[in-house]
Amino acid sequence: MSGRERRLVRVEGVVQGVGFRPFVYALANRLGVTGQVRNDSSGVLLDVEADPDTLARFIAAVRAQAPPLAVVEKVESTVADPVGWPAFAIVASQTQAQRNTLVSADSATCADCLAELDDPADRRYQYPFVNCTNCGPRFTIVKDVPYDRPFTTMAKFPICARCETEYHDPADRRFHAQPVCCPDCGPRLDLLDSAGQPLAGPSLPTAAEMLRAGAVLAIKGIGGYHLAVLATDEPAVATLRSRKHREDKPFAVMVATVDDAREWCSLDAAARKLLSGWRRPIVLCDRREGTALAKSVAPGNRQLGLMLAYTPLHHLLLRAVGGPIVLTSGNTSDEPIAYEDADALARLGTIADAFLTHDRPIHIRTDDSVARSVGGRPMMIRRSRGYVPEPLTLRPETPQPLLACGAEQKNTFCLAKGRHAFVSHHIGDLENYQTLRSYTEGIAHFGRLFDIEPAVVAHDLHPEYLSTKYAMELENVELVGVQHHHAHIASCLADNGESGPVIGVAFDGTGFGTDGTIWGGEFLLADLVGFTRVGRLAPVAMPGGAAAIKQPWRMAAAYLDAAGIDDFSVLSQRHEGDWSTVVTMARRGINAPLTSSAGRLLDAVAAIVGVREAINYEGQAAVELEQLADRTEKGHYRLAVLDGETLEVQGVDLVRAVADDVRAGVPGPVIAARVHNGLVDLVVRVCGQLRDRTGVDVVALSGGVFQNLLLVEGVVAGLGGAGFRVLTHSRVPPNDGGISFGQAAVAAARLSGRP
Amino acid sequence: SSHGAGGKATHTLIEAIFAPAFSNPLLDKMEDSAALTVGDARLAFTTDSYVVSPIFFPGGNIGDLAVNGTVNDLSVAGATPLYLSAGFILEEGFPVADLQRIVDSMAAAAAAAGVQIVTGDTKVVQRGKADGCYINTSGVGVREHSTDFGVDQVKPGDVVIVSGPIGDHGVTVMLARGELDIMSDITSDTAAVNGLVARLLAGTNGVRAMRDATRGGVATILNEVAKGANVAVVVNEAAVPVRTEVRGASELLGIDPLYVACEGRIVVIVAGDCADEALAAMRSHPLGEQAAVIGKVVDDPPGLVLLNTTFGGTRIVDLLVGDPLPRIC
Ligand SMILES: [Fe+3]
Ligand SMILES: [Mg+2]
Ligand SMILES: [Zn+2]
Ligand SMILES: [Zn+2]
Repeated sequence: MSGRERRLVRVEGVVQGVGFRPFVYALANRLGVTGQVRNDSSGVLLDVEADPDTLARFIAAVRAQAPPLAVVEKVESTVADPVGWPAFAIVASQTQAQRNTLVSADSATCADCLAELDDPADRRYQYPFVNCTNCGPRFTIVKDVPYDRPFTTMAKFPICARCETEYHDPADRRFHAQPVCCPDCGPRLDLLDSAGQPLAGPSLPTAAEMLRAGAVLAIKGIGGYHLAVLATDEPAVATLRSRKHREDKPFAVMVATVDDAREWCSLDAAARKLLSGWRRPIVLCDRREGTALAKSVAPGNRQLGLMLAYTPLHHLLLRAVGGPIVLTSGNTSDEPIAYEDADALARLGTIADAFLTHDRPIHIRTDDSVARSVGGRPMMIRRSRGYVPEPLTLRPETPQPLLACGAEQKNTFCLAKGRHAFVSHHIGDLENYQTLRSYTEGIAHFGRLFDIEPAVVAHDLHPEYLSTKYAMELENVELVGVQHHHAHIASCLADNGESGPVIGVAFDGTGFGTDGTIWGGEFLLADLVGFTRVGRLAPVAMPGGAAAIKQPWRMAAAYLDAAGIDDFSVLSQRHEGDWSTVVTMARRGINAPLTSSAGRLLDAVAAIVGVREAINYEGQAAVELEQLADRTEKGHYRLAVLDGETLEVQGVDLVRAVADDVRAGVPGPVIAARVHNGLVDLVVRVCGQLRDRTGVDVVALSGGVFQNLLLVEGVVAGLGGAGFRVLTHSRVPPNDGGISFGQAAVAAARLSGRP
Repeated sequence: SSHGAGGKATHTLIEAIFAPAFSNPLLDKMEDSAALTVGDARLAFTTDSYVVSPIFFPGGNIGDLAVNGTVNDLSVAGATPLYLSAGFILEEGFPVADLQRIVDSMAAAAAAAGVQIVTGDTKVVQRGKADGCYINTSGVGVREHSTDFGVDQVKPGDVVIVSGPIGDHGVTVMLARGELDIMSDITSDTAAVNGLVARLLAGTNGVRAMRDATRGGVATILNEVAKGANVAVVVNEAAVPVRTEVRGASELLGIDPLYVACEGRIVVIVAGDCADEALAAMRSHPLGEQAAVIGKVVDDPPGLVLLNTTFGGTRIVDLLVGDPLPRIC
């Protein structure tokens, strides 16, 4: 075989469970390459022979033509002595001690599978678990690596002869698709009553009929149970709200197609792309007015969380129902989503009238992801199903394996090794015990999957965060404390592949500062390693601590008092008896910690405008203030900035201006717009001053407040106009869900900079 | 400062400084009082210092607090309190009339509890070096019961009882500082619990552990139980007795009654099958009329206190590291 060359090619990235070996097999046969391909714990290993030109074309194509779900990160080849492979073959996986392989995220049903679902001649016609190499459950069913059926929750379904033939046929699109199954051998659908007893009749049509009749259904999905009602049925939606103890927080709505989505919302190109892509997050879109959607789906919200069907079951159900359904996480408020069958029955039995469920276990709970389009670019709000566990890139990479523990609420953790940062699925609020347990179990699971035993542990500085306490109790690790807002800015830097220095604007609700007060309206001169606090909102008291977060009227009381306004009777009369006590608490520091939080300033303003005085979900007052704002109003309030080593923004100026306008009878929407425009003006001005001081002309925007569309779009435009380069979030959320990634980036930078 | 707030910071100080320096088998048990054997006598010995501000508050003052506190530390060890010492540190210029009031109420509290103050000491420090009046009391009691109480006796299946509504003392003191114009009828719960404990121990043999819920409140005690016995304590929020006025004031102040100090309330862990007789015995005493089962001991998750909220959630009631700072967004 003269003229033939042999190469050993190692491919790393998301290359298992995504149809990579069949792709290689087909490619090799097309080009006339012989040899073999196998999965191992580091990815895919090719042992190939051909003439040098063909080999070069083959290796280039391995990267360039990879299947849709694959992410090829690295292709390395070494020359070897030819052995004369007669043909090309796929060989069985081997388990190795070293694990570097990447598990792919769960994917929405592909077009080919949907076509089968609709084809009466196909043996998987209307089978609610149809999937293939290019689609279906992945992360949520994987128990261990390598990604092979015995290590997934599909192991309990013995594969039938026909499925096995497809599984072994390199020409089939189910070749080595681990969850492959059919009506003969795969999972089965079941419809149970709220006590877990089977209901008579065919499951899917009966379930659809119940939804049409106004019932609440629990539906087992990819990452957990959802609760569903017909989205156009006001009494049904209201029933769901009251049973779930969820008062105002908007529900997401699932529709079948992009055309259906257009009926309820107007979509830009980016939103359309987000909606219809294989990751299928909930996408926050501007809703149309005067639709038949039930009022209590998203009360008082200009936007609606929409998602397209992403499992065959969803597709079948939506067709049978014939309209959009509310699809919200299967839990009561503050609890994690139910994903185990017995637990779901126990916890959701009082909420759901029936359970549409199946016998394919979910190994790891994963909530729906949430995203939106900001200026034509995607912004993650919650990064979970469809994205996790795809790694993000750390630059510099971490010299030691590390764990970043994340924040307290909207917690995610992050395990990192080398350049790979594995940010976890959305864990939730750690104060809830079930959530804390899924946190510790999740860390162990990720550690096994990606073979990461952390030597370094990054954590927040808040001593009461349960994530901080978790870090403190670990043994034989090096601890790296990362200030909350530095982590926010670092997450934005790393999201953009940058390392600073930048002017970081971190606006959020609450974060523990290095001076022991609560921060949240911060201007940091920052890079990945460290930061200087170069500007802040002037601190004000939070009378009652956490109570001041849940009751924005308290922040109004503190701010009005700080602004020297003692006769704002519109508000104070409604809290007669308590108002003066709360003011005294603020003045004397009685259970009234100081805060520079931008979120609290927005809360105060929202209460003064009359939008909301007590909240039922996080950030509600600020969200409703944003909704209220008149988009055509261009006026703004001006906040003075006191000079000094640290610039100090006078939040009281905003409060005073708002109070004056309220008393003058200026309409709420106008005031709300001027508030937002005022904050935009402020950020642009302060950044200008800081650029003059430091010469830095790049700004990073992070923190939950920058989920506010009016603010983020205004600030991006304003800073752009002033000649700044602006970094915003796209892959990790600006809220505390991004903290773990920021902590990991800071720890990696500190470790790699160490002599 | 947060050292002394009764949370984790205090624990750390004790663990880091005092425990290693003074280590001995009696101290190392870290109970509220030491169980001594002197000759044939089984004794309990304890000490506590009182720095409450303000010194006078509705329902009591620093004097009866100092007597009751030490009596209670002995009582919850299962001892009959007998003799107390009293040490005073007075700021120069502290009004004699105030001192007289304090001492009178100490005498009355001692008489009510059936103990004698048998030794004492007084120091006067310069103006500004102390805040009016501090009192230290030590106490000796005799352990007549053969049962050994202790957190290490707690087992899954036990139940948790509180002797009455919680949070009265802490909220009273906060309001008594006079900075807040809250009108309220709330008074401190300061009282000696030795009579209540005697009634309880006469009524049941099932007591595993007893604590008086002082600094850090019931939440801190339950964390000590959970961590000390390596068990989980599950509290039912709806069952925790809190006076309406105390709940209202707590909500206004933004504090959690579970973490608020009491000075005449005990937390008792009893074997599950003795819960009814223990409750009946406590309710037969005036200080225990509103005693209630608030939770149970289970094996999992070890070391944690969980609160089943009225909404059906399960919240972790953690030991506070320092002053409570909001951690929600
Ligand atoms: Fe934050
Ligand atoms: Mg003591
Ligand atoms: Zn497919
Ligand atoms: Zn089959």
